[in-house]
Amino acid sequence: MLFLFPSAIFITIFLIIPAVWTLYLGLTNYSLTGLAAANPKFVGLQNYATVLKDPEFYNSFKLTIIFVIGSAIIGQALLGFIIAWTFSDKPGKLRSFVEVIIILAWMVPSSVVTFLWSAFLNGQNGTLNKIIGGQTEWLITHPMLSIIVFNSWRGAAFSVLLFGAAIAAVPKSHLEVARIAGASKYRQLRDIIVPASRGHILTNLLLISLWSFNLFTPYLLTGGGPGGKTEILPIFVYEKALRYFNFGIASAIATIMLLINFVFALIVIRRGKQK
Amino acid sequence: MTKTRKRKQKWTLKRTGGRASFWMFTFLIIAFFSTPLLWLVFAPFDLTPRLNIKLPTLSFNNFHEMSQNPYAIHSLLNSLLFSVGTGLLVICVGAPASYALSRVKFVGRDLFLYILLLFSSVVTGTAAMVPIFLLCLNLGLINTFYGVILVMGGGLLPAAIFILKDFTDSTPKSYEESARIFGASSFQILRNIVVPIIRPGLAVIFVWAFVGAWGDFLVPFILIRAPERSPAAVLMYSFYTEGGQAMLTTLAAFALLYTVPVIVMYLYVNKRYGFRFYGGIKG
Repeated sequence: MLFLFPSAIFITIFLIIPAVWTLYLGLTNYSLTGLAAANPKFVGLQNYATVLKDPEFYNSFKLTIIFVIGSAIIGQALLGFIIAWTFSDKPGKLRSFVEVIIILAWMVPSSVVTFLWSAFLNGQNGTLNKIIGGQTEWLITHPMLSIIVFNSWRGAAFSVLLFGAAIAAVPKSHLEVARIAGASKYRQLRDIIVPASRGHILTNLLLISLWSFNLFTPYLLTGGGPGGKTEILPIFVYEKALRYFNFGIASAIATIMLLINFVFALIVIRRGKQK
Repeated sequence: MTKTRKRKQKWTLKRTGGRASFWMFTFLIIAFFSTPLLWLVFAPFDLTPRLNIKLPTLSFNNFHEMSQNPYAIHSLLNSLLFSVGTGLLVICVGAPASYALSRVKFVGRDLFLYILLLFSSVVTGTAAMVPIFLLCLNLGLINTFYGVILVMGGGLLPAAIFILKDFTDSTPKSYEESARIFGASSFQILRNIVVPIIRPGLAVIFVWAFVGAWGDFLVPFILIRAPERSPAAVLMYSFYTEGGQAMLTTLAAFALLYTVPVIVMYLYVNKRYGFRFYGGIKG
């Protein structure tokens, strides 16, 4: 039991206290500037009322949903599944080559990849424009699309690896029988592979949605702009907290995010128990 | 006869069509995933790096220029300190906990661990930024190495315990029992029996925590204000001229030096344990 002590302290201080503190701060008007900095007051649910009336919050929420659906579900999971499936019966060398490139995109530190992408998408000198022969400032004219493509690129590795493992675990004999019976590739996919890896697909979808939902990295590409067009919730909280030092409001939004996260997490746990 | 031939023809056509589209797809996937990364391969060795990817005029001038920057090398050392500190913290605190959890059974233990794991991935993100900032402000940890290491370590700990428990679960209990008969204390058993057996697990967790801390931007971004204490992740964003133009020479060399350790660690883990395992635990 003594062995548990250090980690119990750690987890309490750096995970549980911050979480509870977020709940508490959401009920105060604490801020670093102005009168409220000296003696924060308990304001009850006022922050929540403010947030829930704020059109910017709904806008940010909507952007986050678009971002999660676009980059996590379509970009990472669907593309990842297609890649894993396409290469599942291909020779090992080609497959590992493709996998290594996809994993590299995942391994390189986020500060570096965000710079690489802002260079890649640059209007005048970006590689993308050199290839297609345009002058589009992608991060300004298509900011949301840019961060969606970026996050799909960045995170696809997890889905490729997970689905790769799931497809490899489908009994070979089932596929063989299907092939002999003349089932097309599509039918094999629909009737054998997808049902057999349903558990993995669900867990994967939930995890990557959770990660994308909390992702701060797009800030390094667009800073939430232009004009708040990519101000997803993590960036919104950051701006409220550390730019305007409005801790009460920021914590209220963070609490709403925590709640959404918890619903996600509960679904993951229930899935985990079923397995 | 003609019918079968026709069918055969159609079949080969479909097959070649399938093959062509397969190679097309492969090419597109490789191009999509590798093109943005290619800059990092060429630009550091280019005498005149541009934003776009081009074949370099070979030169090591960029590295020389980078070494003139007062903060560049220093920030890599800071990153090293953060990463080693976080890695050590996570294994020193996590290993005993995982050992205890794998030996002591209580109701709902696995559920408890699972909740903790998900909880950590939720709380370490932006949602808990404000209290983390305030916590460190009150504890006097703003602008210190300890603050960053403790916060990062705290965030990684649940996942580390979760994975290490798998390793401790698989160590044979008979060793410990015989050691106990000879009067070894729990701590001696941990140090002399359990740790050597789960060493591969500790290595993986160390590398995993190292890579996590090495790449983390948000925590040092919030907690560190002084440029001489900034890690590489944050310093990457300071290589700009007064006119707001990126200093590509310094940046290219720096980005490469900053990336190489992660790649090396990945290759090491991949070689020793296979990256699938490594892949499965990132997050």
